[in-house]
Amino acid sequence: MVDASIWPALDYSRVPYRLYHDPEIYEREQQRIFRGPTWSLLGLEVEIPNPGDFRTTCVGETPVIVNRDDNGEIHAFVNRCAHRGALVRRELYGNAKSHNCIYHQWCYGLDGGLTAIPFRRGIRGKGGMGPDFDMKAHGLTRLKVGTVYGAIFGTLADDAEPLEDFLGPPVLAQLRRFFDKQMKVLGYNRQRIRGNWKIYAENTRDNYHASLLHEFLLTFGLDRSTQVGGVKMDARHRHSFTWAEAGSDDDETVRRAYGGANIRNDYLALQEPALGKFHPEHGDRLNIAISSVFPSAVFVQISNSMAVRQIRPRGLDEVEIYQTMLGYADDTPEMTLHRLRQANLVGPAGLVSMEDGEAIEIAHRASRPDRDRATVIELGGGGAITDRDYRVHDVPLRGFWSYYAELLGIEPVDGVR
Amino acid sequence: MSVDQLALYDLYADYGRLIDAADWPAWLALFARACRYQVIPRENVEQGLPAALIFCDSRAVLEDRIMALREANKYNIHTDRHLIGLPRILGEGGGEISAEAPFAVYQTDQEGESRLFAAGLYRDRIVHEAGALRFSDKLVVLDTFAVPTLLATPL
Repeated sequence: MVDASIWPALDYSRVPYRLYHDPEIYEREQQRIFRGPTWSLLGLEVEIPNPGDFRTTCVGETPVIVNRDDNGEIHAFVNRCAHRGALVRRELYGNAKSHNCIYHQWCYGLDGGLTAIPFRRGIRGKGGMGPDFDMKAHGLTRLKVGTVYGAIFGTLADDAEPLEDFLGPPVLAQLRRFFDKQMKVLGYNRQRIRGNWKIYAENTRDNYHASLLHEFLLTFGLDRSTQVGGVKMDARHRHSFTWAEAGSDDDETVRRAYGGANIRNDYLALQEPALGKFHPEHGDRLNIAISSVFPSAVFVQISNSMAVRQIRPRGLDEVEIYQTMLGYADDTPEMTLHRLRQANLVGPAGLVSMEDGEAIEIAHRASRPDRDRATVIELGGGGAITDRDYRVHDVPLRGFWSYYAELLGIEPVDGVR
Repeated sequence: MSVDQLALYDLYADYGRLIDAADWPAWLALFARACRYQVIPRENVEQGLPAALIFCDSRAVLEDRIMALREANKYNIHTDRHLIGLPRILGEGGGEISAEAPFAVYQTDQEGESRLFAAGLYRDRIVHEAGALRFSDKLVVLDTFAVPTLLATPL
């Protein structure tokens, strides 16, 4: 049984490999994080615009239906029949007046309530449910639903704090910026990575790796650690907002910085410059704006590509990254084309993101056999977990682990928060 | 039939062979001067959504993609093996052939473990250029849209 003594350092600058590889830990995460007092991204309002529209998604490994009822209200419930535990809704999306389990045709309304059971009174007075069977007590398990600027979140815990409190001011400000106009879905992509979900969650908070692992950024001069940028976190340091400003460094600084790091910086030129062209859209110069919301949501703007990601654990050793590519509803055809071109930057084939799949797999593979050893998270120094106005650091990873420790009940006395 | 079917079969055979051999200049030469190449998840095609995994709406973007693959991107060390089914001609006219062919790609890592990496359908437009058949528009509809690990080499 893992307890608070597992941490080699009170500032979470060391994370034992065991936390990525222990089945007991994985079960506890499903219970205390995903079914615990956190809010998970379920989708976007624009994905279910009409009454009866539904999509199937998940919270951790728990399957979930999110739909809009006849009054336009959004509901979410666990996609599992109260009768035999089967998936009720098998499709990815659709429009329906009710959700019917194929197994024995139990029927649920758009609010998740159980509305009908075949042969409830039996046939010719024989069989069926007993007279005291309570339909009301056998609906689909409901999630509490909250929306922020068109993003739908849900929680399975009755004691979760209000959604806006959970997100905190820095993330709320970024979601307001991200969703400042009506959204339009451009498509979906998925990536299955053979690694623990937390390595991916850490990766989205890791500024340090960006232009080192993703060489395309540097080779073609699109993003460099020498740019003005940094990280902001919520008061509990569980979420992270990381940004960079376009055009905020100069070539000489870059040459000095990366030359010292022995990294190639003789830029190649793209034949099609549109791939690297950035059109500011929000009255600022941010060309990288990534909000990672604990435990599993990521809101990503890289240049003019926009996406939301769900980190979907699939057991201890695999994670699916489910990404929804976005534009704004009032985009011109030229702007839509620009976003489709810049979609080349992200996703499983992304010119600046494909490497994440490989990095997570090699970290997962090599850490497995030696569970008592630990990762080193010390860029930007150890100690207090604080916002930074520079990019070469991995401080928000320690914030992630500090809140993780609290939820799992393994927070050491005097652990930093 | 006016289409030289053997030449068409050769085009598809070369297409897979040249990716598997990582012979990028020869592979690029199978595309027309004005061309488009896209890999799109089947779930997007079915929902009428345009976002692709790889979106090369011109020859320049396709060449940029290959240059990035050779010069910048890091990916799992592997070899590919394309199995391409017989292309079926869907139509012909205006100097253009429309054809489709099913494909599977097995990926093998350095230690010799193979896995099915991708299954899907090529939906293509093919033109005559400089006395040979060339792809002017290649749409790779990806059935395996839950992409294993990452997609670096073209399908």
